[in-house]
Amino acid sequence: MTASTATVDRPVRSAVDVDWRRVLKWGGLMGLTMAFVASIGMLEAFDRRLIINPYLSLGYLAIGWIPFAFAYATAHEEVKEGIEAPVKGLRDVVAGAAAGLVGSAGLAVFIWMISTFSLRDIFVKLSPVLVRLLTFDTSVATGVLIWVAIMVGLGALAGVMHVVTPRLRKALFSGVAWALAVSLLEAIVKDAFDEVKLRWLSSWAYNLNGGLEAIPAIVIAIIAGIVAYRYGGTIPKARRTYAGLAPERRLRLSVIGIVLVLALFIGLPLIVGGIVNELLANVGLFLLMALGLNIVVGLAGLLDLGYVAFFAVGAYGMAVLTSPFSPRFAPALDFWVALPIVILIAAIAGLMVGTPVIRMRGDYLAIVTLGFGEIVRILFLSDWLSPYLGGAQGISRVPFIDLGPWEIKGSNPKSIFYLVAVFVVLAIYISWRLQNSRIGRAWTAMREDEDVALAMGINTVTAKLLAFVTGAILASFGGAIFAAKVGTVFPNSFSLLVSIIVLVVVIVGGMGNIPGVIVGALVLIGVLGGPTQPGLLQEFQEFKLLIYGVLLIYMMLKRPEGLVPSAMRSRELHHEELTQDAWLAKEPEPAADGGTA
Amino acid sequence: MIRILAIVIISWGIIGTIIDAANGIGPSAANWRDLVVAGLAQGAMYGLIALGYSMVYGVLGFINFAHGEVFMSGAMVGFFVADKLFEAGLWVDNFILAFLIVLIASIATSTLVAVIVEKVAYRPLRAAPRLIPLITSIGISFFLQYAFFGLFGPAVKNYPQLPTWLTQKRDIFGVLQIEGTKIVVLVVAVVAMTALYQFVERTKTGRAMRAVAEDKEIAALMGINVDRIVVTTFAVGGAMAGVAGILWAMLFRGVSFITGFLPGIKAFTAAVLGGIGNMAGAMTGGVVLGLFEGVGPQLVLGGLGIPGVSQLKDVVAFTALVLVLIFRPSGLLGERLGSEDRA
Repeated sequence: MTASTATVDRPVRSAVDVDWRRVLKWGGLMGLTMAFVASIGMLEAFDRRLIINPYLSLGYLAIGWIPFAFAYATAHEEVKEGIEAPVKGLRDVVAGAAAGLVGSAGLAVFIWMISTFSLRDIFVKLSPVLVRLLTFDTSVATGVLIWVAIMVGLGALAGVMHVVTPRLRKALFSGVAWALAVSLLEAIVKDAFDEVKLRWLSSWAYNLNGGLEAIPAIVIAIIAGIVAYRYGGTIPKARRTYAGLAPERRLRLSVIGIVLVLALFIGLPLIVGGIVNELLANVGLFLLMALGLNIVVGLAGLLDLGYVAFFAVGAYGMAVLTSPFSPRFAPALDFWVALPIVILIAAIAGLMVGTPVIRMRGDYLAIVTLGFGEIVRILFLSDWLSPYLGGAQGISRVPFIDLGPWEIKGSNPKSIFYLVAVFVVLAIYISWRLQNSRIGRAWTAMREDEDVALAMGINTVTAKLLAFVTGAILASFGGAIFAAKVGTVFPNSFSLLVSIIVLVVVIVGGMGNIPGVIVGALVLIGVLGGPTQPGLLQEFQEFKLLIYGVLLIYMMLKRPEGLVPSAMRSRELHHEELTQDAWLAKEPEPAADGGTA
Repeated sequence: MIRILAIVIISWGIIGTIIDAANGIGPSAANWRDLVVAGLAQGAMYGLIALGYSMVYGVLGFINFAHGEVFMSGAMVGFFVADKLFEAGLWVDNFILAFLIVLIASIATSTLVAVIVEKVAYRPLRAAPRLIPLITSIGISFFLQYAFFGLFGPAVKNYPQLPTWLTQKRDIFGVLQIEGTKIVVLVVAVVAMTALYQFVERTKTGRAMRAVAEDKEIAALMGINVDRIVVTTFAVGGAMAGVAGILWAMLFRGVSFITGFLPGIKAFTAAVLGGIGNMAGAMTGGVVLGLFEGVGPQLVLGGLGIPGVSQLKDVVAFTALVLVLIFRPSGLLGERLGSEDRA
């Protein structure tokens, strides 16, 4: 069999014309990654959560995506500028399958090692249960053979994905993705279906012990696949039409869109149950902080790693002012009276952090702000301030927020959600207005090039301080609500982790872009969870921070502009590529003879 | 304004301590001596880690935030080797041989981790804006921490007991009484530092490293393989971190997956304090910071009448960083950076 789709002028390539070094490299990495995932205990920890009952558990999914993804990467050939794209064909399938074979060899060595030697006193997660799971309850030899079959199959499948048309590929991917998503989001879907009296549907789809039944899973995948295949190009087309509209009509459509989204968010807590409301409240809290950090990092380009300090100041300020149990100074004010004072304190804190660091270069600033964040936490924890702030015990009994007929309290997540939502909308409005204002443009200019901005007459000192203060105020909103929600503040809620996670939210979503930050908060905090707050996938609790680290690295390497990039930011980051493309477009000849400048 | 305020507060604190001492309250002279020695030993360790930050900053111009984790990985793997050797009896029978094996294992691990991190994460970002590799290194730092957490568990791992001939106090010149371990720490640090200095100043590779730090493009034109030199830099920095990992184990015995974080930040502080890109500066900065951290809380904060000063050790270190960057951003011995990294 040869690649029969080749056109006349392209040479037909044989099926074994594979870059074997690449296969070895990626296959080896595949084996290593799978051994790593098994060694940190993901397979065992996730095994109880079923995805498709009884065939696939989350544990096997966590390890099973690896051969597919790595084989997909193996089969991928880089298309260089000026060289014709290679014909896709059987070659890709062979490459994928070969990578799967190499990887399975690596995994076989791993399985053999953990079943023969006792390594458990070093690697704590290499338990007998893991061996049983890896060998599918059979002997080591049989287990290895099963893995070889699975991985070669998955590798070949990944290769096939390269050969099919992009449209079909998208449809297949979205079919599988939807089936998995519906299964993973079981808790929400069930809750929502209960609320709208569709329990019969959810009890048909889900097994009693959790996980989708096989037939509903296939049905969902097929429906999603067909929809994706049929209506694949609709959204980009709609976006193009939208961009082509007259400004007034575009504005009107935007307003309608925003109103619809708002209505959805107001109605949402009524449909979903308590867990999801709690989740949404957490998402909102982090979104509030992320919006603030977005101004500091995304717009002004000041990498602030001690952002949690302002969150802590907000929370402690609110706790001291409202709680009757504050150790020394307890005015026991009302939330709304205390809020302006907290904002003022946060603004002063922003100035205090901002002033000394203002003339430092970007990377020093990052470390110094990190230092400030830690200083604040240690001070709150210390004996020195404990007569005022309660030391390690913190301050308890921060009262509910009284709103006349309603009461906003932590035990009623719906009320917290609405409160957070109000602040989030406010924060979005502030960010949006600031972004396009004079100071917003000054920030952007400063981010792009400080010297030029200075030369253009921008007062960079004021601009930087304003960025710090705005960020601090938004974070203190978050802190104040956090204090009222949790009811107790103590120093360990304000570790460096909070700063880093908020940073990941901003970066993964898209620096300098409000919709990006919203998406980032929904996806990361909603699904994975915050530093201590569980997300939708509560099983991930143990591995959350590992995943955050990987995400940060991956995004920086592959997509530094984030999931939803802001136009200007991505232009800045890919500036070199764009100029290169333009240059190549003008003069295509010199590129071919290897003139690497 | 900030400068004057800082000077006033610090001198007030010192005067307060002196008055206290004159009145016979506060720590005794022996206490002060212990604080100084502890500070020195810890400072030597910071200095070794700081070298890694300083060298990478000198060559590539960004803060390798994950360097603290490189240090931790050496200490962690060193623990497993030490533990096995203890079980085998070698640790008790022939401590010096066992110690050397552990040291080599730690150096090898740290070097390997540093080199892999450079290859996977930093090399593709060579041309990116300078905050991008910094953010990446934060991600790597997290990844390494929690990978070690996942692989080896959350427990603090205690190195086996050191032999008593090593830990007992010894008289030096009849005036000072120093624990044997602290002497070893200081000696090892000085030896490592001297070896590194000779390597960078005398060998061909060392000269190439200095050339790359000065100007990458010109160095490449002079026939230097820049990629290889960068890897060497990471490897050497990693090796120093590995040595520091064992010194940490000797001073504190306990290692866990978050061990790397605070020493990492403080070592960076030391690098800035001494002048980033400057190797002698990194060591000096480490010792100064160690001393400051050992003595500072008592000297300044104790004099201000603040209770529980030892809790505020880290605050003192971070404040030192801020003050250095305000007063003398180029460090004690001056920074040495290539033209494009100076900002």
